[in-house]
Amino acid sequence: MSKQTLIVIGNGMVGHHFLEQLTGSAAADRFDIKVFGEEKLLAYDRVHLSEYFGGSTHADLAMGTADWYAENNIDLHLNEQVTAIDRDQKTVTTSEGSYGYDELVLATGSYPFVPPIKGNEHPHCLVYRTLEDLDSIRASAQGVKTGVVVGGGLLGLEAANALKSLGLDAHVVEFAPRLMPVQLDTDGGALLRHKIEELGVQVHTEKATTEIVEGEDCRLRMNFSDDSHLETDLIVFSAGIRPQDTLARDSGLDIGERGGIVINDQCTTSDPHIHAIGECALWGGKIFGLVAPGYTMARTLASALNGDSEAAFTGADMSTKLKLLGVDVGSIGDAHGQTPGARNIRFNDEQAGHYRRMVVSEDGKTLLGAILVGDNGPYDTLLQYALNGITLPDNPETLILPESEGGAPALGPDALPETASICSCHNVTKGDICGAIDAGCSDLGSVKGETKASTGCGGCAALLKNVVDSELEKRGVEVSKDICEHFPYSRQELFHLVKVNGIRTFQTLIQEHGKGHGCDICKPAVASILATCWNEHILATDHVPLQDTNDTFMANMQKNGTYSIVPRVPGGEITPDKLIVLGEVAKEYNLYTKITGGQRVDLFGATLSELPEIWEKLIAAGFETGHAYGKSLRTVKSCVGSTWCRYGVQDSVGMAIFLEDRYKGLRSPHKIKMAVSGCTRECAEAQSKDIGVIATENGWNLYVCGNGGMRPRHADLFATDLSDEELVRTIDRVLMFYVRTADRLQRTSVWMENLEGGLEYLKEVALEDSLGIGKELEEHMESIVGTYQCEWKTAVEDPEKRKRFREFVNAPEKKDPVQQWTTERDQRRPVLETESA
Amino acid sequence: MKARTSWDVVCKVEDLVPESGVAVWTEDGPVAVFYLPHRLPALFAVSHTDPFSGSNVLARGITGDIKGEPVVASPLYKQHFSLVTGQCLEDEDVKIETYPVLLDGDQIRLEVPVTHSETAAA
Repeated sequence: MSKQTLIVIGNGMVGHHFLEQLTGSAAADRFDIKVFGEEKLLAYDRVHLSEYFGGSTHADLAMGTADWYAENNIDLHLNEQVTAIDRDQKTVTTSEGSYGYDELVLATGSYPFVPPIKGNEHPHCLVYRTLEDLDSIRASAQGVKTGVVVGGGLLGLEAANALKSLGLDAHVVEFAPRLMPVQLDTDGGALLRHKIEELGVQVHTEKATTEIVEGEDCRLRMNFSDDSHLETDLIVFSAGIRPQDTLARDSGLDIGERGGIVINDQCTTSDPHIHAIGECALWGGKIFGLVAPGYTMARTLASALNGDSEAAFTGADMSTKLKLLGVDVGSIGDAHGQTPGARNIRFNDEQAGHYRRMVVSEDGKTLLGAILVGDNGPYDTLLQYALNGITLPDNPETLILPESEGGAPALGPDALPETASICSCHNVTKGDICGAIDAGCSDLGSVKGETKASTGCGGCAALLKNVVDSELEKRGVEVSKDICEHFPYSRQELFHLVKVNGIRTFQTLIQEHGKGHGCDICKPAVASILATCWNEHILATDHVPLQDTNDTFMANMQKNGTYSIVPRVPGGEITPDKLIVLGEVAKEYNLYTKITGGQRVDLFGATLSELPEIWEKLIAAGFETGHAYGKSLRTVKSCVGSTWCRYGVQDSVGMAIFLEDRYKGLRSPHKIKMAVSGCTRECAEAQSKDIGVIATENGWNLYVCGNGGMRPRHADLFATDLSDEELVRTIDRVLMFYVRTADRLQRTSVWMENLEGGLEYLKEVALEDSLGIGKELEEHMESIVGTYQCEWKTAVEDPEKRKRFREFVNAPEKKDPVQQWTTERDQRRPVLETESA
Repeated sequence: MKARTSWDVVCKVEDLVPESGVAVWTEDGPVAVFYLPHRLPALFAVSHTDPFSGSNVLARGITGDIKGEPVVASPLYKQHFSLVTGQCLEDEDVKIETYPVLLDGDQIRLEVPVTHSETAAA
């Protein structure tokens, strides 16, 4: 039997999900599959679109790969728009040609609604839906300072976040009296507004734009119906979506009154051979503008094409849980209490910035809906109550009251029925997860791989972890946080043991609290803890064997066994005389030199025995160790600041040098990088650092927990307009809290993400001193600052310590015979394995 | 033919670093000598050359034990080598040379194979 042709129009998230479902099923063999995508790019994750400005690329966001399409024999036509459907001939016409079909799937999605405002055709009026749109926004934002988003809904606030991450002063203009009018009520909307304004995004509600004209200070001026106006350099319209139904409309399919391709429960349109899924489809009079219902439609249609007569789309839960500009927002079910007889329970803590509302049935037994702003902590529990109709406890208000007030314990994973939906994107139930564990999955990663749970929007990650941990524990699998086989403790627990018991050596610690002799995991971790607690020289006899070679020899080992040397250049400021010394030393020892990303000079190729000699010369010229080898502060990068730069508003170099001198030598769970920018142009790239400082007219803005490298993360704005003293005090507290509580090799970004309560909690601890340890953290930091010593200075002055740098203890003059060198671009470098063969 | 060996003095006790290693030059090339005072025997000697990188670095690795076996971890790519057998714990096809070692007064002696040309040169 010859194959039928199945054509899918649209290559977005839902269209891709449909193909995944279909290729994994028996129907895959029945069809030749063709896909047409209007965009140039393969389907990508639109839910996380704003991460594109946070460093994610199309490849990071892509749903699949071209290889996957090829492997599954899917004929993929990107950048090829379908212009017409001929239902009689069963063909589609594209910009390139005409193709016959037996079954046709419309997954055309939606387009952003641009309100009919005079002037909206201006080139700096943009929309926010595709990666191309984002490129346009980025281009438009070049060199300007203000951006407006029209629309205060979910997507609008995402777009505002994107503008903010481009460094613009972001404004949100909303027609309704509050933000997120669909999901939130008046109080919730007001709190969200307050929080977002605190983050520097200005919100204008009840504003109807009448026209867009040329601006005076900026490119554009928006005039509002109340005679007020706003100047801006660019406008992003995000005032809702409209189903992309043009093709269907032109070919005579049934269309809803306000748009949308009408489908039945099997996702089939008024033509039995044409189907529609996702945001272009209208089911029961409703468009579903979220990804989860679109996925459910995709699964339903794939099952129906496989001959499953019971497959049916029966509507979808529209509950949402989001972090908008870092603010938690949750909305469940009947959030506005429109069910007859519904009653409300509200908790509004303006102090803490938490708003919670439960909508319960007349008899008080079931949860109909809920609204959360400021803290999504109760969301998972509430959602499970609502979705599964679990009878509420006698005092349902305890579900949203803070725990300290005698709240009911959260609905544990045990209380969930097997049918409870854990991941709505991939329709994974608790039963599916238990099944995967019984089939051999023994950790979170393998359960995710097996069931796909939490690989969609990721909103269920915490709940999934709880369910998996609880089920594993029930089956007798211990979920281990132990650092290694020698200590049944996490790094944080070890820190407490050392601190509380005043333990000063590894031997004492392992004898009293561990077993065996230690290893290359626990020894350096304990060395770092001991250094933080007592700050003794890392080459003190007891500590030497604990350190990685880089720490032991205070240099970075390279692949051929030689070392690189990085002297400290605080803030990247260096005198000509010192630069000359670096050059002379490099020349004398034939060292390869390279400028690092942290504004210093790296000298490569020193042998072990040369290290102390080289350092003697560097120290004599006034250099100190740069700790490039240590889990400690690396550099504080800076721009040139107000001293020279016509834009600078503060002395960023001075502050960078001060910070570098203060925190140098601090031992921590992982390396720490900082930067100070002298103005909002951010030339020092402070927002990619663990600690980032950006000058303002009034002082300093502090950003924390950013990261470059393998897993880039924009730092979060932590506090604004700080004085010098406030800045240092806050950094003291954040750093010391990190050093005390982070896991081994955990950068600040991951630490903060794993911190229960996240950024808000960290703010409470550091800014509001919620744990009452602020003073202690500051004093601890002060004592470390006070006991700083340049490790290299101490080492070269101590003959016993210098002995460690003999390459061969019985042959001081012997050169390591394996080191072979060649010259490239006028410098010496090791001969590579491929060259020496 | 059985290779000839010699018990050479390679260094003194004071050259050793407790719980760690030092490198010595022998007629068989560079050797790492480890001193683990909390064990009996306390002395171990293995090749100083890391087989994965070809670099002479193993004496600068961190010592410890994995499931009771005394090991050193390569400072470059972190593989573990048994100090008793030289076996790499991560790759059963890789094994490094081990050398008998003993304490003679305050001197450390190592049994190394002697090749004719090298003895002549020495």
